[in-house]
Parts: sequence; C-alpha cells; structure tokens
Amino acid sequence: MSLWGILAINSVAFGGLLFLLSAGFSLIFGLMRVPNLTHGSMFMLGGYVGSTLYLTWHLPFWLAALGAAATVAVFGGVIERLLLRRLSGSILAQVLVTLGISFIVADFCLLTWTGDPISVATPPGLTGGVRAFGLFFTTYRIAIILVACVVAALLWALLDKTRLGAMIRAGVDDPEMARVVGIRVSRLFTIVFCLGAGLAGFGGIMGAPILTVYPGLDGDMLPLALVVVILGGAGSLLGSLVGSFLIGFVYNFGQAMLPELAYFVLFLPMVLVLVLRPQGLFGRHAP
Amino acid sequence: MRVNRRKFLAGTAAIAGAAAFPMPSIAQAKGVKIGLLTVKTGPLAEGGFQMEQGVTTYLKSKNMSLAGHKVELVVADTGGNPAGTKTKAQELVERDHVNFILGPLAAFEMLAISDYVVQNKMPTLCLAGADNLTQRQPNAFLTRASATSSQAMHVMGDYAAKVMGLKKVVCLDSDFAFGYEQQGGFQQVFEDDGGKVVKKIWAPLGAPDFTPFIAQIQGADGVCQGYAGAAPVKFMKQYADVGLKLPVVGGETAGDDALLPRFGDEAIGMINACPYTIDLKNDANDKFKALMQKEYQAVPGFYAASMYVTVQVVEAALRALHGDLSKPAQTVKALRAVSLKETARGPIRFDHLGNVVGDIFVRKIVKEGGKLTNVTQKTYHNVSQFWTYNEAKYLAQPAYSRDYPPVKA
Amino acid sequence: MTATRASLLAALAVLVAVPWWVPGDYYISVCSQILIYAVFALGVDVLIGYAGLVSLGHAGLFGLASYAVAIALASGSGQLGAVALALAVALLGTAAFAALSLRATGIGFIMITLALGQILWGLAYRWVSMTDGDNGVGVAARPMPFGFNLEVASHFYYATLVVFLLALLAAWVFVHSPFGASLAGTRDQPRRMNALGYHVWLIRFYACLFSGLLTAVAGILFVYYTKFISPQTLALTASAEGVLMVISGGSGTLLGPIVGAALVVIVKNVASAYIERWNMLLGAIFVAIVVFMPEGLVPGTTRLVRRAFKLRPNAPAPTGEPAPGEPAP
Repeated sequence: MSLWGILAINSVAFGGLLFLLSAGFSLIFGLMRVPNLTHGSMFMLGGYVGSTLYLTWHLPFWLAALGAAATVAVFGGVIERLLLRRLSGSILAQVLVTLGISFIVADFCLLTWTGDPISVATPPGLTGGVRAFGLFFTTYRIAIILVACVVAALLWALLDKTRLGAMIRAGVDDPEMARVVGIRVSRLFTIVFCLGAGLAGFGGIMGAPILTVYPGLDGDMLPLALVVVILGGAGSLLGSLVGSFLIGFVYNFGQAMLPELAYFVLFLPMVLVLVLRPQGLFGRHAP
Repeated sequence: MRVNRRKFLAGTAAIAGAAAFPMPSIAQAKGVKIGLLTVKTGPLAEGGFQMEQGVTTYLKSKNMSLAGHKVELVVADTGGNPAGTKTKAQELVERDHVNFILGPLAAFEMLAISDYVVQNKMPTLCLAGADNLTQRQPNAFLTRASATSSQAMHVMGDYAAKVMGLKKVVCLDSDFAFGYEQQGGFQQVFEDDGGKVVKKIWAPLGAPDFTPFIAQIQGADGVCQGYAGAAPVKFMKQYADVGLKLPVVGGETAGDDALLPRFGDEAIGMINACPYTIDLKNDANDKFKALMQKEYQAVPGFYAASMYVTVQVVEAALRALHGDLSKPAQTVKALRAVSLKETARGPIRFDHLGNVVGDIFVRKIVKEGGKLTNVTQKTYHNVSQFWTYNEAKYLAQPAYSRDYPPVKA
Repeated sequence: MTATRASLLAALAVLVAVPWWVPGDYYISVCSQILIYAVFALGVDVLIGYAGLVSLGHAGLFGLASYAVAIALASGSGQLGAVALALAVALLGTAAFAALSLRATGIGFIMITLALGQILWGLAYRWVSMTDGDNGVGVAARPMPFGFNLEVASHFYYATLVVFLLALLAAWVFVHSPFGASLAGTRDQPRRMNALGYHVWLIRFYACLFSGLLTAVAGILFVYYTKFISPQTLALTASAEGVLMVISGGSGTLLGPIVGAALVVIVKNVASAYIERWNMLLGAIFVAIVVFMPEGLVPGTTRLVRRAFKLRPNAPAPTGEPAPGEPAP
C-alpha cells in the first residue's frame, strides 16, 4: 500500500518538474521549429545559479528561484539573438549549435561549481511532511505539484487570454501566415525562447531540493524533455502537461514494477505513440 | 567580416598544425616518467580531479623527485569512457614512453586497457576496483593500492551483522559492475554471518530520481547503498524524503570524506566502510591532510588518499630497484613486494595477485561543530580482497554479479 | 577535371604515406581512428545529407556490429565468420530500426532513432549473459589477413585505409547512381516523388540499409582497433558525435564527414593532451562553425575559396541554407 502511495505522489511531483522542463521546450519547438538541445543544460544551469543565490547569497528560496529563472532566460535570449536567429529553417545548424552550447555549459558548470553535487536543503516552511492514510506526504513535493499547476494556469492564461498569446498561437499554427498578417515573429521568437529557457531554469532550481544539482544532470533530463514533448505533441501546452504526468507515472511505476525493463520503460511508450500517432497525443501536425 | 573570417581560419589552422605535429618527447635517461590516467571532463570529473590532487600532492611534497629520481608527470584525461581511456593509454605508452601508468578511475576504463598494458608490459597502478583483475582474470602488470570493489563491503557486511545486529537488509545500487561487486561483497559476508539480503534493487544509469527504487524498500531493518560519484548525496536526500528511518550502511564511495560537506543532515548516522579515513591518527595522515589543505584547500577522501599512497608505493619500489626500470616484470615484482608500515591509510602490503592488503575502517557520519565528519567505530586490520575466505575457494566461486550471490527466497 | 584527379591522387598519396610522416605509432593509431570514424560519419551522412533524415541512434547500430564480432570471437568463431555474422546482424538490426523509425520524418525520425538507440544501449547494459554488462567484451587478437599482422600499428592503419577507401568508393557510387538521385528527390520533394510513382518509403529504407552497412563496417573496424567493446560505445553522446561530425564537416558531401570525423577525433584525443578544457573547445568550435560556415567546413571553405578566386560567383549552398552574412529572413 505505502509503495503505491509513495509512487503515486512522486509520479505527480516528478510530472510537475517535467512540465516545467518541457513546457518551454514544447513552445520553442512548436513556434520556432528549433530542437533546442540546450534545454537540459538550461535546467542544470538554473539549478546551479539558483542554489548559489539561495545557499551562498542567502536569498529567500523563491527569490533565488526567480533569479535563476531570470538569469537563464537572459542566457536563452542571448543565444537566440546571437546564434539561433540567423539559423532559422536550418535544423542541422541548430542541432550543431545547441549541442555545441551544451558542451560549453557543461564544462563551464564543472569549472564554476566543481564536480561535486550540490544538495539544496528543502526551503524552510516546506520541510517535513504529513502522515495521512498511512502515507507520508512530503510537503515539498506537494508544493511542486502546486507550483506546476500555477505555472500551467499562468501559461494557459498567457496563451489564451492575451494578445501575445494569440500571436504565439498564430505563430505555432502557421508561421508564414502570422508573418503575413504583420506579427513581428522575430520579437516573438526572442520572447518565447526566453520564456522557455526561464521555465527550464526555474524547473532546475525547483527540482534541486529533490534531485540535487550535479554534473550530468543535463544529460539525464534532456531525453525526458524530448520524450514528454513527443508524447504530448509539440507546441501544445495541454500536450506537455498531460505528457509530463504520463511520463511521471510511467517512470515511477515502470521502474518499480518492471525492473527488467528499466532502460526501456520510458522509450517504449514513446515509440508506440510515434508509430501510431506521429503528431503526438495533442499535436496538431506531425513534426 | 572577411578579415575576421580569415583570422579565424588562420587560428584554427595554427591549432590544428600544433596539434598534429608535436615533437615526440625523448625519454630522459635518468628521470622517471609517470603517466596518470584520470577524468577531467564530464560527470566523473570530480573523482578525477581528486585523483590528480592525490598524485601531485605527494610528488610536490617530495619536490618532484622519488627515491632520488626526478619525476615527470604526464596527466591524460580519458573523458570517462573506455574508448578514450584506450587512446590515452596509447598516448602515454607509445608517445610519452612513461615508466608507470597510474589510474584509471573507473572499472570499465581499466577493463578497456587491461590487455593493452599486459601486451606493452606497462606497470599499472589503478584506482579502479574491478575485482577480477586481481582475481579470476589476474593482470600480471597490475598493482592496486586502492581496493577491489568488494573489499570494504566484505567488512561492512560483517559489521552490519555482528556489531549492528541487522537481520534483513535491502540493497540499492547502480546497475553496473561496481554496484554488483559492492553489493555482492556485502551480501556474501552478511549472509555468512547470519543476516539476509531480502532484495537487491538496481537503478539504471542516468536515472535522475531514485524515489521509485527507494519506495520498494520493505520488510527490512537496514539498507545498504553502494552509490558512487554524486549519487550518494541524491540518494540520502530522497531516502529521507520518503520518511524512511532505517539505518543506512555503505562502502567507500557512499560516505566518502571528500563528499561529506555536500550532504545534508539526513546523512547523519550513515555507517560506511572505507580503506581510508580522515580521522586516522598517524603522522603520515596528518601530513597528508595538511598538504591537501595547503595545496588545494580540500578535505581529502578515498580517491586522493589512494593515489597519494599509490605514489608512495611507486617510490618504495624505485628505491628497491635502485631506479632500474629496464625490466618491467621486475618492476611489477618490486611494486608488489612493497610493504609500508605507515601510510595515510595505515600499514599496507600486497598479495601475490597485486591487490592491497590493508586496514578497513568502519565509520559513522556525525555532526561536529556544525560540520559532518566520519568517526571511526571499528578498524579491521590487514583485510585482503578475499576477506577471511580461503583464496582458492573464493576464486572458485563466480564473480559477484547482478545475480550472484542470488537473493534467497 | 584533371585538377580534381590530381588532388585526389595527392590526397591518396598523403594517406598512404601517413606512417612515414606522422611521428610514431601513437599518431598512426590516431589516424586509424580518424578513418574509422570517417566511415561511421559517411554512414550517418547518407541519411542526413542525402535522405534528409537525422539519426540519433546510429551508435546503437555501430555497437551492434562491434558486439557481434566480439561475442562471436569469444564463443570460438573464426575471424571471417565473426565479421560476416556482424554484418548480417547489423543489417537485420538496421532493417528493424528503419522499419520502425521510417514511420516518421523530420524531428519524429530523430526521436524514434534516439529511442531505439537508447534501447540498444540499455540492452548492452542489461543483457549481461550476452554482453557482460559494463565489464564489456574483449577481443583477444586482430585478424591476420593473408598473414599480414594487424597488431602492428601501421599495418592496421593500411587495412583500415583499404576499407575506408572501399567505403568511400561505395558511397560515391551510391550517391551518384540514379538511386542516389531519387533519394535526394525524396529529401527535397517527397510529395512530388510520390506523385511521380516512386516508392518513397522503400527508397528511404534502402538508404537506411546502406547507411547501416557503412556504420556496421565502422563498428567492426572499431572493435578490432580497441579490442574491447562496452555499452558506452552505444551511448547517446556517441550517436550525437556522429551527427556532429557530419554537420560540422558539411552534410551532403562526401568529404565533409571525413573532415568532421578528423576534427572531433583530433580535438578529443590530441588537442586534449594540450588543452585541459577540450570539451569546451569542441563546443566552441561547433558554435564557431555555425557562425562562420553554417553549411559546414567543407562547403564553407569551398565557398570562401571560390569567392577568393572569383571562380564561380555565389555558388548555391548545397543544403539550401541562407548564405552567412545575409541574415535569414
């Protein structure tokens, strides 16, 4: 009983983290058609910057998290304006440059924060947990679930209720048409890339009290972001939300129940979806 | 723009040229050349940095001269993968003509070059634990002053059963050979002492979250974890998060002294067995700690200590050989004949297969003055890789693996 | 065209003379590695450059061939049998790989190949009875074709060179054949090709098989070179490296992958002896390539040379990217 309980709670919490990671990836990919392979690095960078702000500069946790998100968002903006901008439409060059940057970021982090892991203490007020129904609910995990829901709601409001959101949706649906009707796609791209990077960075520091921050975190997270987006469908917020929780459950229950398939459990559903429904569960068009 | 481009091209050409045609170094007649295979990039880099610190600390303390012979150190970064290790070993052997190879770090790296060092008769002193290289498939040119992967875990199994009185333990580890050998060693001794391993859980490499594995801990009065690198910190955090309070035991990587500052308070109470301990009271260790503090402002751990002692072994062998390194087989013989009464990890000697026989310390993580530190609970003296088993019998049983020893129903 | 022929002969002469002009066995071995990875990159380029399909799972096929050789030899097979088995296994594997991944194109193809590559990687770790997990499988000795001892670095280099030249020739014939033209058609105009009555899927499938064949050949050379195979060879980073070699050198050319392979192998193995942060250097080189020559080193250099000599003004870039200096619209 308690096994299933822990797994269920952790599935949702891990799904929440995956949503923070993948929502940006999905938007960037959906709107800009850029396979942003630095996304894992953004997550890791957010974890490092946030933990430094929190542990070394002693900022309050939430301020540190926002600081990390802002830093990574700026970093993303720089990459977009300086490099990706000139490569629109050229997937190969985008793959090359995003992987190149991820090499640089990984080595930079290793030099700056050493190879030792950074364990971020659970922020005060969110420590401990509650025992209910014979289960132990960790407060911080519940907080992550809530934060992910709030972020999802904000993103939904942004996309559905604002002018900017309408432009982004138009851009996702039909980039050429959006350009024709006078949407400044170029500025939109920068905003979306910053937003996506910032979300990943925010996810990194939010995840830090659970996952810790360590060299190689980027490589551990990137495939998960890809899997979620492929499963949910690129460019779809709902898709990455559902995909994240789905993968959260598949990861947790799959690892526990099918240890023999530990290496495959994440990829089998993805292959299945791709083969049966190439556009993903909620995608509009095949990538 | 054009100028920039030309400059850039010229720059790359210059780099490429410099890289492609370096002059081969000519081996010094009198000097000794030591090659260090370590990892300085990627996820394993921290262990690699510490290895290098251990080596350079000893060499610097001796003014880059061992037993009267000037030492030149060549450091090579394997990148933490087998193919890179092979190439770097070739670089050290065929280009730099080193007299000894120290390292590599990981078992899979050492296995990739095992045949190569034999073919090239290269005396090698590895950190990597891969059991079989000093057991069932002994490497005639290998000397290991660190430990086999299971050496300290045998001790841990004994301590867990006899001193802690644990009866049923769940083992968690990474799904690779180092993990299998760690848990195999623990299980064999623990069960011979009357305990029982009720479940062994393997987390695939690259798993970001251990909670699904920790959630499966049931029906036990203790937990044994053998994670290495950054993973022990993550494990302890997530272990505490699910509200588990069972005692945790582990090996040399699980509670490494160098890693302690990175743990949260959830690590307090963890029992771990290690061939080195920060609180060993002898002059050699005091000096080692002081040097590490001075050179790197670092608390040493197992990696640095093992390599520091490894260089000391090389020095002793050089002294015995009077610097004559012309016969590699003799060099290996001299290395394995080294017996040191006092090192930073206590007295050591080698068995006939080239593996170290030395003290293993069972420690407990406590908080002292706001800092986590290991406090030795019990010292097991002169522990060999075969624990107390008969060597022939031990070698006749299968190597520790994912399924050996099996979990009994 | 005599100029081309002359430069080809010159290049061949340089390659044949490698054991004389590089200082020592170590550098000969590095050159062997470059050739091995060049064959691998050629295999990856068949898909990227000519079929427009980016595979992030090719290290899995590479490793499949390596494991097949090592395991066959370890279970007592002869060298020839092991190589034949490896080719057969790798081709079968590629066929399955292609059947699944060709359900999609574009990013979908990347993702399926990534997943399949990860599955093969996981299999290498987990199928311990076959692969011995991360302990890997060793190869006792290199073969002795016609009594030619391949344990000697220069001998192995020549054997690799012969295989490399054959692979290059095969690739040249492949891309210049009518089939190669129809493959390029499926890359640029899949719908039109379909309308014209071409079986687009089948063309891509055959391209995958050819790509898998080159990859398998590289995998076999590799396992003989290192005499050891373990799961890390199949990792995602290894697949990504193959793709990076192709893109950095210039996809859709035959010289590009070779240059890219040389670049990566030299930075990883040779420059790393002098520059501690070689990982960062490699990343910086990739970024610089994208900034200065987004079409890759080989086409980019060609463009610069042509511009300098004003041979052919504004030759169009082969993959249709906007020329640098003229920002994308």
